[in-house]
Amino acid sequence: MIERTPILNAVTHAVLVISLLMLLLPLWIVIVAASHDFHTVNQVPMPLWPGGHLLENLAVAWDKGNFDRVVVNSFIVAGGVTAGKIGIAALSAFSIVYFRYRFRMLMFWLIFVTLMLPLEVRIVPTYAVAANALGPFQSILNFIGIEVSLPRWNLLNSYSGLILPLVATATGTFLYRQFFLTVPDELTEAAKMDGAGPLRFFFEILLPLSKNNMIALATIMFVWAWNQYLWPLLIITDHANYATATMQLQKVVPASHVDAPPVWNLAMAANLIVLVPPVLVTILLQRWFVRGLISTEK
Amino acid sequence: MEKRVTFSNTWLAVALILPQILLVFVFFYWPAGEALYWAFTLERAFGGGNQWVGLYNFTSVLSDPKYLASVRVSMLFAVCATTLSLGIALLLALFVDRRLAGYQVYKFTFFLPYALAAPAVGLAFRFIFAPDAGFFSAINDFFPGLWNPAFDGTDALVLIIIAQAWSMVGYNFIFFLAGLQSIPRSISEAGAMDGAGVLRRMWDLQLPLITPTLFFLIVINVTDSFVNSFGIVDITTGGGPARATDLMVYKIYNDGFQGKDYSLAAAQSIVLMLLIVALTFIQFRFVERRVHYS
Repeated sequence: MIERTPILNAVTHAVLVISLLMLLLPLWIVIVAASHDFHTVNQVPMPLWPGGHLLENLAVAWDKGNFDRVVVNSFIVAGGVTAGKIGIAALSAFSIVYFRYRFRMLMFWLIFVTLMLPLEVRIVPTYAVAANALGPFQSILNFIGIEVSLPRWNLLNSYSGLILPLVATATGTFLYRQFFLTVPDELTEAAKMDGAGPLRFFFEILLPLSKNNMIALATIMFVWAWNQYLWPLLIITDHANYATATMQLQKVVPASHVDAPPVWNLAMAANLIVLVPPVLVTILLQRWFVRGLISTEK
Repeated sequence: MEKRVTFSNTWLAVALILPQILLVFVFFYWPAGEALYWAFTLERAFGGGNQWVGLYNFTSVLSDPKYLASVRVSMLFAVCATTLSLGIALLLALFVDRRLAGYQVYKFTFFLPYALAAPAVGLAFRFIFAPDAGFFSAINDFFPGLWNPAFDGTDALVLIIIAQAWSMVGYNFIFFLAGLQSIPRSISEAGAMDGAGVLRRMWDLQLPLITPTLFFLIVINVTDSFVNSFGIVDITTGGGPARATDLMVYKIYNDGFQGKDYSLAAAQSIVLMLLIVALTFIQFRFVERRVHYS
């Protein structure tokens, strides 16, 4: 459209540029603070240009935060959640969309409702279940009067405890369902005509078609799982073996404000280590990330 | 919408959906049910199971001034952070959607904050707004003692509101922009033909057309401010000073896991769940119905 609005255009550019700077400023400050020595970083006003101690600070923070171990843990958890979600959600969506059976809609709603209440809202009871994941079944058996004692399955201080509760939501199922509904019926008909069973159709036709959706879901889930904080904090007490990267942030700041101030340059270096993987994923897989965001929430 | 062509192997269908249902049952429905049970019972002092106490936990929670203060702070936090980040995101989306030179750059950078974990955002903002070091402390050189989130409750609340708003701006921006871009260009062009200027078109055409997105985002933002706030509060203020930033999820965590009072924490969880369910319900039931233009 051809319109001459020079003043408004100038205002638009100004607002956008200033906002961009404001939005990136916190990240810039983290980088700058992580690159100075202890003395310089505590100056008021603080320097706004990076110093020469970045690698040194990163190395110290890496050692102090036991990042050798926790980064691996975070990758295991984020990878596990992502893989679990992609697989389980695809199976359940396939079942809901491509089969007719009684209680199908009930199943759909049972899964769909979980979108409403995030884990953080029901941490107290979920924590109790995690202490014995077979507990619910044991209670049911006891209630019916069957004398079988199931083994205890303690999820505290384990990867499955970090991963499974995060997989138990509907995000992915919903995304797949929306996509499966747009796949033309003719494809299914043709596959059936050629004698393909449901599993063959699923693996050889449906999944290859869903590739874009899977990548979108994967980027979202990876970032989301990597950024989990409250849940790992609760169920992991064995910090040496199972702590995740985000949990280490709590250790670089003292528990209370009255204590000595944190060593800011190291704290920011640790912060940088923690935030780089999800930021990289969103930047590199940007197209899918945005697409996944928009389609999982609607 | 339903499929016309389906498969008929019911056992297979059940087997396919079973993993998801089991997970949801064990980690969602059972815990939610157990929260209900705890909320209506109290652990006996000398062991021996739980005792039914009816609404006792709820009345004691709802008459506790500390809890009410926590609810009030959470609401204030939710409203301020949501308004701030939605307002900024909307303005940015409207401006980016004008597609002036370089708009692609903004499209690809504005959402970056959303990739950061809440505690990482908290840590960054704690440093930026620290009273004695960092970026904002310079203000205390000019007005000594003006800014100190460690001692001043209002300052602390402002700090976490800004951190939360900052972390959500990018997310909201993506949705607003998607909403704006789904409006057919012909509508804007028709408006322009009728002599409506850019601002007039934003106000009278684009804004009304993206109200569904707006209401959707309000619900998401409010929920997120309850949920995500834990990481921010835990790292920046620890609920202090003097409980000025003791948000609901943080208080549940403190009462349940530091204080070991599960009944109290369960009652609080139920109140919070009801609140969020009510919000979602309002979104589905009323907003979606009234605000519909397509």
